[in-house]
Amino acid sequence: MAIISRGFSGRRSEAQAKLPPGQYLTTDFPVLSAGPTPHISLDRWEFTIDDGRNVLKRWDWKSFRELPTETITVDLHCVTRWSKLGTSWEGVSLDVLLRDVRTDLPYAMFRSYGDYMTNLPLKDVMNNQAWIAFKYDGADLAPEHGGPARLLVPHLYLWKSAKWVKRMTLMPHDKPGFWESIGYHIYGDPWREQRYSDE
Amino acid sequence: MAGTAILGRVTWRTATVVGLHEETATARTIILAVRDWPGHVAGQHVDVRLTAPDGYSAVRSYSIASAPSSDGHIEITVERLPNGEVSPYLTQEVMVGDELELRGPIGGWFVWRSDQTEPIQLLAGGSGIVPLMAMLRSRSSAASAAPFRLLYSVREPRAVFYRDELRALSNQGDSVVITYAYTRVTPKEWPRPAGRIDAELIAVGTWPSSLRPTSYVCGPTSFVEHAADLLIAAGHDREKVRTERFGATGERK
Repeated sequence: MAIISRGFSGRRSEAQAKLPPGQYLTTDFPVLSAGPTPHISLDRWEFTIDDGRNVLKRWDWKSFRELPTETITVDLHCVTRWSKLGTSWEGVSLDVLLRDVRTDLPYAMFRSYGDYMTNLPLKDVMNNQAWIAFKYDGADLAPEHGGPARLLVPHLYLWKSAKWVKRMTLMPHDKPGFWESIGYHIYGDPWREQRYSDE
Repeated sequence: MAGTAILGRVTWRTATVVGLHEETATARTIILAVRDWPGHVAGQHVDVRLTAPDGYSAVRSYSIASAPSSDGHIEITVERLPNGEVSPYLTQEVMVGDELELRGPIGGWFVWRSDQTEPIQLLAGGSGIVPLMAMLRSRSSAASAAPFRLLYSVREPRAVFYRDELRALSNQGDSVVITYAYTRVTPKEWPRPAGRIDAELIAVGTWPSSLRPTSYVCGPTSFVEHAADLLIAAGHDREKVRTERFGATGERK
């Protein structure tokens, strides 16, 4: 039974109905990162896919930007409870990046410049569910939001959308990434409110 | 980067307000007695839940300001945000004897443990001082000899939280060195004009990178981005700089 807070009425909005449990709406774009923002020059940038033994695919910025892109409008849900609706991005679908990759490995670890990492089931980054995004709201993605390019997996809490992404390693078993190893949920579905490891 | 799992059971607990005091014109410290509080580590935060009579509820995260202790009491300091949903209630409505719902402690990365012996650099922007104050208090209560420095950037002198306690800490010999920076208004005859922190202030107000300190940077996003960039430019290792940011609507302190 919840404790009623005498004199508290709160602010509700129409949009509340579209939010996952425990989230509130924001219109600005808060930044959350565990450490300093890395500044990566485009001539040093690369993105690779490997299977733990061999590099299967590799793009530099030029070859990456020659891939077909998509413009997507999605809702973002951060585990710190803010949600932002209708954000607009341009990026390359993981379906494009994985097109020629034949694998039986069902999980992936995404690693970033600056040593961040996060784990995802492969099925969650396929079939039009994940992108490597390089534009936000029509402009180049700012470094503090993950630029030059970040993973975007909007159906999970935003910590899964690794900023400054550089590498995808396919794995036979699921393994916790950075936040997942210090108590955050291994999967992180906002609609099931999977914030922490014992939820 | 490595952290340690220190998330307790994240069940909701009842907390009773047992004390209140104003830190500034817009910020208030709330002392809470928490039923079955499992204890915390400096730097962690709690989720606070308010529920309206019709069942509508809102949850926000607040850093713990107090040192770890075994008496089941914790303190949070809440800054009132102009368009906040929860902070106006906590800074203006809540009274001693009221009950709130709370869960935590949460967070295993932005923490200082009393068995850390290396030099510690704290950089606070505004109400970002709160989790760093928990670290300073934890250092005192654990009688740690770890050398600490704090660079505390605030808009103006009257926006300083914990003023008397910080003064007392910095008067206990040279083990805690505090440097203030004022972004809008300085005290009278202050040697430095008002403005945001820069490389020169980092050079005089923080540990040199050669000492390999661990740095904790907390404040609004613009402060944290700027301060962390200055530390990296001054030669600090990226993995020795830990950050906690809050946006205009973040309400995490």
